[in-house]
Amino acid sequence: MTIRRTNLLRWLAYVLLLLVVGMSLAANWVAPAGYAKQYREAADAPPSHQHWLGTDEIGRDRFARVLYGTRISLLLAPAAALLSTLMAALIGGLAGYLGGAWQRAAMAVTDLFLSLPWLFLLITVRAVMPLNVSPLFSVIMTFLMLGLLGWTSAARVLCASANSLRDCDFVRQARASGIRSPRLFWIHVLPNLKPVLLAQFWISIPAFILTEANLGILGLGVSEPMPSWGSLLKELEGLVSVGAEPWKLVPLLLLVLVVTSFQLVLSNEEQLTA
Amino acid sequence: MTGLGARIARHAIALLAIVLLGGLLSAILVRYAPGFDTDEQELDPLLSHSSIQAVRQARAAQRDVLHFYFDSLDHALHGDLGTSVSLGQPVGTLLEERIPLTLRLVGMGLLLSWTFAMSLALSAAWLQNSGFDALTTFVSGTFLCLPAAVLALLSVLWNVPGALAIALIVFPRVYRYARNLLAKAYTQTHIVTARAKGLGELRILFWHVIPVVAPHMLAIAGVSVSIAVGAAIPVEAVCGLAGVGQLAWQAALARDLPLLMNITILVTALTLFANFSADVVGHMLRGQKA
Repeated sequence: MTIRRTNLLRWLAYVLLLLVVGMSLAANWVAPAGYAKQYREAADAPPSHQHWLGTDEIGRDRFARVLYGTRISLLLAPAAALLSTLMAALIGGLAGYLGGAWQRAAMAVTDLFLSLPWLFLLITVRAVMPLNVSPLFSVIMTFLMLGLLGWTSAARVLCASANSLRDCDFVRQARASGIRSPRLFWIHVLPNLKPVLLAQFWISIPAFILTEANLGILGLGVSEPMPSWGSLLKELEGLVSVGAEPWKLVPLLLLVLVVTSFQLVLSNEEQLTA
Repeated sequence: MTGLGARIARHAIALLAIVLLGGLLSAILVRYAPGFDTDEQELDPLLSHSSIQAVRQARAAQRDVLHFYFDSLDHALHGDLGTSVSLGQPVGTLLEERIPLTLRLVGMGLLLSWTFAMSLALSAAWLQNSGFDALTTFVSGTFLCLPAAVLALLSVLWNVPGALAIALIVFPRVYRYARNLLAKAYTQTHIVTARAKGLGELRILFWHVIPVVAPHMLAIAGVSVSIAVGAAIPVEAVCGLAGVGQLAWQAALARDLPLLMNITILVTALTLFANFSADVVGHMLRGQKA
């Protein structure tokens, strides 16, 4: 009964994710006016037939911004997760496979990154980059930064996994039969790391979504007028009470639902890996 | 004791190496950040040509990264952490003023989060009720899916202290591990036997369960310090609390790199020290058990 309920929840998570991704991809058709168009006569308006979630303080349609923001967050967080997983495979996987000094050096660098609280590291690196950049560049920069800095914990796991594969019989046999190291890593080691890589990829997506939201609220994420979940949540700063304007909480609700769905999907991936 | 001594020495060397390496990386970031070669003083109409040349020469001396790094290190060893570009005050003074508040906030947040997490995890392990387990998992899962800055915003909205926001950010991470560890510990045969023989729950907890889970919990304690310190940025920034987290955020917005680098190194040293202490105490406990 519990297993059936868990499976049902997982299916619901998949359906919800598909629905949200589908809606965000259809943003151009659902909200053709775009995310930046201002309805100045209806600034800070409550929900209406014309604006389903009302408008923000400068008159932009909130529903359109949620759709476009969801598209940005949901397309770029997996892209950043892919980048960080690839980097983790390359650094952690190779270090674990090569062992010795390579492994020690790679893990020392990993430890250095891991010893810094994640948000401190991000705001430090973000501060080094210019703040007055174009909105599109800010989107790319934010998610690229997440991808380039978020590989450390995955690298640790992959290093341990690759290290355990290093002394496996099939790897020894392949080595004894004269297969060169790069080919051996590519053909025999990397495919066996696939389940761990997949799990790390799924773990990174909700983590990056949440981090982007944190950066957005702190004003260090995606720049205006480009919407993302982070920049949409910044609007909550002006909230007087939770019950007064509940439609302003829609981006937050959507974020929580999507992250929860990813967690449910992730638990399925972990079971498959096990 | 020799093992413990070696462990402490290894950790101390690692801590020093990581702080020095972190400092070097920080120096590289500061040196190559856009705008390093420029100085607002050059725009001052009151400065003469020779004064501007002197400013430029002082800047030029810092172009070499290693020179810049060792120079900063030398100053830091003499207690001079530099001057904040945006606030115009010595970094040491700024940190001195703000560290107590952050320490109080993080300390209270950790205390509250561990109290919530352990109470719920112990209740779940004792009750072994699927309904209660589902409820606590749902509550902790919900907090896990909320961005830290949103929890900070909600704490402002509901007028609750910032320490509670930090506690709610740390709590789900601690709870998940604590629940799993305790659930696993309670299924061990010697604990099942002790229960079957009618030993009281508190006695089982203190005599049999805590010694089993303590080393693992200490490791989580070290990690939770890092999470709490990280959570201090959004909480202090959103709640308007003048701590180190808010200072880091202001420094990031103003691109005040010297200040940000000092804060980052300080935070790194703090989290490393917390993990190091947790590891040493865990090692001592394991030694006692053996």
